[in-house]
Amino acid sequence: MSVEILLQTLLSGVLIGLVYALVAVGLTLIFGVMDIVNFAHGEFLMLGMYASFWLFALYALDPIFTLPFTALLLFAVGAAVYQTVIRRIIHASMLAQIFSTFGLMVLFRGLAQFLWKPDFRSVENSLVSGTVTLGALQFGLPQIVAGAGAIGATLFIWWFLNRTRVGAALEATAADREAAQLMGIPTQRMFTLAWGIGAACAGVAGALLSTFYPVFPEVGANFVLIAFVVVALGGFGSVTGAFFAGIIVGVVEVVGGFLIGPQLKLALVLFLYLLVVLLRPQGLLGRA
Amino acid sequence: MIKRINPFLVVFAAACAAPLVVTNPSHQNFLILVMMSAQLGVAWNILGGYAGQVSFGHAAFFGIGAYTSTLLLIQFGVSPWIGMVAGGTVAMIFALLIGWPCFKLKGHYFAIATIAVAEILQVVFTNWTSVGSAVGLSLPMQQEGLKAFVFNASKLPYYYIALGLLIGTVLAARTIERSFLGHYFRAIKDEPEAARSVGVNLTRYKLVAISVSSFLTAAGGTLYAQKELFIDPASVMATSLSVKIALASILGGVGSLFGPVIGAGILTSIEEVTRQIFGGSGRGTDLILYGLIILVVAVYYPNGVVGGIKAWGERLAGREPGSGSGR
Repeated sequence: MSVEILLQTLLSGVLIGLVYALVAVGLTLIFGVMDIVNFAHGEFLMLGMYASFWLFALYALDPIFTLPFTALLLFAVGAAVYQTVIRRIIHASMLAQIFSTFGLMVLFRGLAQFLWKPDFRSVENSLVSGTVTLGALQFGLPQIVAGAGAIGATLFIWWFLNRTRVGAALEATAADREAAQLMGIPTQRMFTLAWGIGAACAGVAGALLSTFYPVFPEVGANFVLIAFVVVALGGFGSVTGAFFAGIIVGVVEVVGGFLIGPQLKLALVLFLYLLVVLLRPQGLLGRA
Repeated sequence: MIKRINPFLVVFAAACAAPLVVTNPSHQNFLILVMMSAQLGVAWNILGGYAGQVSFGHAAFFGIGAYTSTLLLIQFGVSPWIGMVAGGTVAMIFALLIGWPCFKLKGHYFAIATIAVAEILQVVFTNWTSVGSAVGLSLPMQQEGLKAFVFNASKLPYYYIALGLLIGTVLAARTIERSFLGHYFRAIKDEPEAARSVGVNLTRYKLVAISVSSFLTAAGGTLYAQKELFIDPASVMATSLSVKIALASILGGVGSLFGPVIGAGILTSIEEVTRQIFGGSGRGTDLILYGLIILVVAVYYPNGVVGGIKAWGERLAGREPGSGSGR
């Protein structure tokens, strides 16, 4: 394998891995704050993609410009999901928790099929298109913009969690729910916030993907599986861990797919999940 | 007191006689589907309900059952009846190999691991040319009859085979429920630390649960292959199938003997009704209904229909509803 091909696949893996990281940051945030795995996370991404697609198809607004709107929209969806469903099962058994987010997943997919048909759709000729040539290497501009956008969004979340008072309150809620409540932190509002931000992360990732990835009702299925792998690898609840794990998973997927065949890449990534949870259950940077 | 009539026998007699009343072939087919999904639900419940190990990967066992008997038939002309036992055995060995490391994992981690295993298996089968890859396998044409496990003129024999398999599975679940295994499984589910501290080997009993559950699920896979006479990874190994299998229990009542049967009846009815009213599953209406039902059950009736009825009955009797241990 020549150096060019190696670099090309490696960097392509990093670019898509940054998007995986952003999806996983949302998932790990929800998990960290309230110990619930959101099986409907891929559907937040799907809704973000559809929001971008329709704004482009109906009003010719480019996904890159409507991104803030998509983020706000998905924040509202996430907060609404918390208030209507999750709030009621926060003390329920793990089985009830798993199944309520599973129910949301099925419901959102059904609604998307019903409202927007099961067809594959795509955003064509957006401002973000074409390729960029760097010497012997070539990258799609949409992929580069998506990678850069994902870094920006992840950094923003990191800054919010580590450098603001509300973020500190959120981290405190994650560390110890009861203690946080005793300190006067409105934990219910923190949970709503976690779901809002978590959904917004997936929504932004969806918007970034929409310029180069087909939009369809089941699009979230593979992304949520990959996000589980990233979250496990990074350590459940760790945002920094999710960021680096996302890049690793992206590289494993693209380089592995190149070496053993792209049709096997999902199996490879899922195998990585099994290896991680069995050999290093706390992940790379997780709390033990 | 009036001498009690065993309700099992009443249900059994009704089930045996049902095809005499229901003569329309498409209605009979509906009954077969209910029996088949009920059987899978009861089998899932042994691991997911009694032992509390939630699996979203049971399609792997189902697919192994379907593929083993079908490949034995195509390659070596082995009778599907033997194939059914062979498929169950292969699924059991696979389950033990997977379960041994994965039972270390708790809760979500285990559930996600089961999805990962089943998805990996589906990817492998989709790309494995000697087992038909994505194209799938068609079963060879054969003289119909009980020996060949093929019935063309009337689908009724499938009904009785499905019923027999369901009864066998229910009896297995009932035997486990009432034996020392049932106590151990409940202990593993509700108080794993306490069980461990009194010397119960958690992994060993989880392995027992997954062995029985996977064997019976694989048997259901062989029945499916013989009834449809065609299998491919998308129809016998998909995660959506795993979810459907788990759903029957969740809906009916996790850890209750007949919960999955009731759940399967409700789910299959929803599927058929939406298909007839809205035509096909591509419109998403079946998914919307599914999703809403799962949500309502998970949020308001975490112990399923059976748990809901029990709590209701207790309230009527003027007692506090049970705290709902899942039984």
